[in-house]
Amino acid sequence: MDTMKETLTQPIFKNNPIALQVLGICSALAVTSSLQVTLVMCVALTFVAAFANVGVSLIRNHIPGSIRIIVQMVIIASLVIVVDEFLKAYAYEISKQLSVFVGLIITNCIVMGRAQAYAMYNKPFPSFVDGLGNGLGYSVVLICVAVVRELLGSGKLMGVEILPLVTDGGWYVPNGLLLLPPSAFFLIGLFIWALRSLDKEQVEEPDYKMASHTPAREGV
Amino acid sequence: MEALISLFVRAIFIENMALAFFLGMCTFLAISKKIQPALGLGVAVVVVLTITVPVNNLIYNYLLADGALAWAGLPDMDLSFLGLLSYIGVIAALIQILEMFLDKFVPALYNALGVFLPLITVNCAILGASLFMVERDYSFAESVVFGAGSGVGWALAIVALAGIREKLKYSDVPEGLQGLGITFIIVGLMSLGFMSFGGIDL
Repeated sequence: MDTMKETLTQPIFKNNPIALQVLGICSALAVTSSLQVTLVMCVALTFVAAFANVGVSLIRNHIPGSIRIIVQMVIIASLVIVVDEFLKAYAYEISKQLSVFVGLIITNCIVMGRAQAYAMYNKPFPSFVDGLGNGLGYSVVLICVAVVRELLGSGKLMGVEILPLVTDGGWYVPNGLLLLPPSAFFLIGLFIWALRSLDKEQVEEPDYKMASHTPAREGV
Repeated sequence: MEALISLFVRAIFIENMALAFFLGMCTFLAISKKIQPALGLGVAVVVVLTITVPVNNLIYNYLLADGALAWAGLPDMDLSFLGLLSYIGVIAALIQILEMFLDKFVPALYNALGVFLPLITVNCAILGASLFMVERDYSFAESVVFGAGSGVGWALAIVALAGIREKLKYSDVPEGLQGLGITFIIVGLMSLGFMSFGGIDL
């Protein structure tokens, strides 16, 4: 049971799919300008990741190696269609805001990557837990980014006013930049910096190093 | 004609796939360490987008959309829920075909693109462009232009980023920011730069 817990918590902090493995950032950046939309996206992705892992794991011994990608793709795409139709039926407004990004869960590398790297070699239950863990790891980063963006960008959280805006007689001048695309890049960059400062093991080796300056020898 | 040119320019600069919609980020960050491979991937994306978006447009308009099957005597059929599955199938199949075709007839290009073609199947920019095409209801001609334009935009962005990253070896980056972190910040700055195209309307 201990390993099961590790499978679940490992991807949340230690081996975070976004911050460390650089997977699935497309949607991470695009949907985070409002917390509500982000939460829906997180739930959708976690659902798809977990159940795609189960599906792939169940038939892992019957998938011929040469067409495994297509098979995984079909399983994932079917799950995404379920999510998409469900959102259209019960949360139409949010599904409009998410626009193409629900569909893009199909090509989200986290889902694909976990199906390929974990579910192909493990039993259904551990695979389910692994999918859940990675989905949650993704959610943690997304929710952090979304909270910062929505709170500082429009003074609200989930549409509820937290910081009273100047325009409504309050004191907070919203920072519009945070609602624009570039801020998502900055925030994730800073998030990675913070995470790597805490856990030095994750720091990447520089590709090049400048030689330190040494005075010329001839003159000595 | 004017509308098409305007759409082309929009797709490249204003609605840049990588910098405004964050599509294809995974490969965008992974393959942008050097200019050469970035250029190869960029060309591959342009080619694949120019083919897949129009093909998916035909599939959507003649097979999947509400009432599209009227020509087959099934005017009440609405298969649009199968969209996602068919687009990704079309993309995967087309890339496979393109790979075989290039291998047979244009070996030089095949060797240049080789490794990147399979990678493109899971590039969100490709599927994203098809989904945008459906969402915005483009006609066939528009979808050709949109496909090519967004491909060129993406290629432009990745080559520019690779150029910056090559020069980055001369800079002294803080330890924790090394690699991925600084790349994100650069992309943020590039995205900020591309936003200045925002007001342009042809």
